[in-house]
Amino acid sequence: MKKLQKLTAGLMFCVAATTFAIPAPQALAETPPDMLVIANRIDDITTLDPAESFEFAGSDVIRNVYGRLVNFDPLNLEKGYEPDLAESWTVSEDGKTITFTMREGVKFHSGNPVTAEDVEFSLRRAVILAKTPSFILTQFGFTPENVNETIVADGNTIRITTDKKYATSFVLNCLTATIGGIVDKKLVMEHEKDNDLGNEWLKTNSAGSGAYKVVSWKPSESVTLQANEDFYLGAPAMKRVIVRHIQESATQRLLLEKGDIDIARNLNPEDIAGISGKEGIAVDSELRGRLMYVSLNQNHPVLSKPKVVEAIKYLIDYTGMQDSFLKGQYTVHQSFLPKTYLGAIEDKPYSFNLEKAKALLKEAGVENLEIEAGVREAQERVEIAQSLQNTFAQAGIKLNITIGTGKQTLTRYRARDLDVYVGAWGPDYPDPQTNAGTFAYNPDNSEEAKATGLLAWRNAWDPGDLTAKTEAAVIEGDRDVRKKMYEDIQREFQARAPFAIMFQKIEQTGRKSNVKNLNLGGAITAVAYWPVTK
Amino acid sequence: MTIQAEPGKGRRRSPLTSIAISTFKTTGTILATMLGLLFVTFIIGRVMPIDPVISIVGERASKETYEAAYQAMGLDKPIIIQFFYYIWDILHGDFGQSLLNARPVAEDIRRVFPATLELATLGTFIGVLIGVPLGVLAAVRRGSWIDQIARFVALIGYSMPIFWLGLVGLLIFYGILGWVGGPGRVGIFYVDVVPSVTGMILVDSLLDGNWTVFKDAMSHIILPASLLGYYSLAYISRMTRSFMLEQMNAEYITTARVKGLSEWTVIWRHAFGNIKVQLITVIALSYAGLLEGSVLTEIIFAWPGIGSYITTALLSADMNAVLGGTVVVGLVFVCLNVFSDLLYKFFDPRAK
Repeated sequence: MKKLQKLTAGLMFCVAATTFAIPAPQALAETPPDMLVIANRIDDITTLDPAESFEFAGSDVIRNVYGRLVNFDPLNLEKGYEPDLAESWTVSEDGKTITFTMREGVKFHSGNPVTAEDVEFSLRRAVILAKTPSFILTQFGFTPENVNETIVADGNTIRITTDKKYATSFVLNCLTATIGGIVDKKLVMEHEKDNDLGNEWLKTNSAGSGAYKVVSWKPSESVTLQANEDFYLGAPAMKRVIVRHIQESATQRLLLEKGDIDIARNLNPEDIAGISGKEGIAVDSELRGRLMYVSLNQNHPVLSKPKVVEAIKYLIDYTGMQDSFLKGQYTVHQSFLPKTYLGAIEDKPYSFNLEKAKALLKEAGVENLEIEAGVREAQERVEIAQSLQNTFAQAGIKLNITIGTGKQTLTRYRARDLDVYVGAWGPDYPDPQTNAGTFAYNPDNSEEAKATGLLAWRNAWDPGDLTAKTEAAVIEGDRDVRKKMYEDIQREFQARAPFAIMFQKIEQTGRKSNVKNLNLGGAITAVAYWPVTK
Repeated sequence: MTIQAEPGKGRRRSPLTSIAISTFKTTGTILATMLGLLFVTFIIGRVMPIDPVISIVGERASKETYEAAYQAMGLDKPIIIQFFYYIWDILHGDFGQSLLNARPVAEDIRRVFPATLELATLGTFIGVLIGVPLGVLAAVRRGSWIDQIARFVALIGYSMPIFWLGLVGLLIFYGILGWVGGPGRVGIFYVDVVPSVTGMILVDSLLDGNWTVFKDAMSHIILPASLLGYYSLAYISRMTRSFMLEQMNAEYITTARVKGLSEWTVIWRHAFGNIKVQLITVIALSYAGLLEGSVLTEIIFAWPGIGSYITTALLSADMNAVLGGTVVVGLVFVCLNVFSDLLYKFFDPRAK
């Protein structure tokens, strides 16, 4: 019996010893000086082909791997687009043709020179492949049939002809989107299969000229990038960038605190609070493009009264929400262009004002209003809806909340079936048109038009002269004049649209304080690793 | 053509024939089970109210893009045809492409399954190594402090959420004490250092003779493996205890004792000898359970295993990946069943 006890004790000891006493290789207090290690949720990456990618984590990779004709300077996003692979450009007199002159001496990772022919191939390819983000280019009238005439390389220049006159800044902003990535024609075509223009191969490989090349992408595990020593802006300081898929906020925080990663991108407010003020760790807040808004269906007999619309904008506790359950994640923003977009304004004319709202409702002769709000089952949205329910009730409006899945709620919204919608909108490309064209534009408000893609239509709202003003802004050639036009559109929208834009998204990032110059891309683009030093 | 029966054959089966028959039977069972499994998963996959096309092309895709993807996925064909295509492809070792990452599902599974296999094997090893002696001891010393400890350990193992235990374990052993490596399979410096042969880093680093990587991988796997080991320990020790109790009360044990055999022989040769077969089933089941992949453990420890692979795929309606993963997990169950049957025959004379 003793033997048995001894044996058991011995075994337990052995296992315990292996468990705890294995000398962990000396945990390094920090990552190597030329390596950047990031924890992020990257399970949304479906492809690394710039003509196809339309998710956040994919855009993050592609921005660092592919050059574009024009691009944003990560250290000065406010400045707007700047020359990248194109050195300069001219616009024809009729405003329909832009001719880019290519920068000399830039090479792809393969060693092939970047030529106008590669640009021609890349843009035509994006139109012909017709993947999800292709609308960003095809809105200028490019079709698979006409690309041979509309996108043409000629020596060192590339000529792009749109179907009508558009604002140059509109076209150029769209070319800074992920879909504007320039691929290595020779390399890609070597891997073409069944006329797929190399799409299959490019989903998992890279053929760019940017600061980094893709070493490996293991889905839901990691993305490894290696510096391009010949990058035309100079070799990046971080020779290797590893993005690891770490789902859990708490796990990300532990790794950051131990120094096993440099950046943690998905920390929840509790973990952000937990690391704030710790030595060697800094927290960055960067504005992103997503907006939170409430909209009122104009088919509703009461909600369509201008005074009711105005009253409701005074019945929202903007700062109360910002400072409580949205703390650190959203900031009050009341116009449809996210901050950092061309023409974005920071006017905040509305605040919670019960007396004013009550007076407006009285003027409108409204009593005992009962309305239904649709909201999808995301925590922050439900909490916003509950806050509205509370403040509306103080003015005698009964708000019934219907919580549904994203699909259910969206289906009803698109069918104009909701009185009130509480939801979010994220811009598709870095030009003001992406939001103006949906909030303030609705040429045909009739039921038959079925313009379900337009937010104004979904709320049965005819924006009146704003539709024409939005159309005019899209074709205004002068960037400053165009900026002014959007400012005016937003102010008019703010005053009378049945939309109350409430918040803009903030992304909070935990970072080792020795990491410098990291820019996540703000509201308009994606992360840039090449300026990073540590 | 007629086949003439050879004299002497047919009355008594030769050992070869009986092996052939039992192999045939086993194979038949495996095939029927697998086909049933495929059919059920496929049907569930197709009736699920998620539009797989939307999950690929996104909400804002144009109608043309949507249609192209719809046809490329073969969704325009009747369901039964889709099912036959699917079976046909699987017979050719092709699980199709993951809708989400555009890679062959077989390749994905080759990548994620070894990670789970490594973790589950080590976990079961720990579970058996501690659980069995603990269970035996608890039964032999019924009511003693060691029995109380065994019961307490099993209770905690059953009632603590693994999510919480994993985080606390990480916080203490990695965060504060620094005894073990953090989440992930190896430290970033050792990623892709040893060539992948089996996909199991512990094995690969040994094959490569690279001790540094082996130690690093060990320091990363030991915490999640202990955690899984703990859960299987809780189960195994409880079952061992109850099996042993049954035996210890039997008359033959008293007889053996009266005969003056040493307590050691009585417990291990007589009593334990008789519960081996039952234990094999328990251990095989617990092992199979771990091989399915423990989703929560995998998420906390950023362990790229098959559990989180299937879950992610399921949430994004990536049916090829879900079906591929399910088939592999099903196959594992079937194989373990066959294997434990073989072990029965080895250990239990009656089953021969």
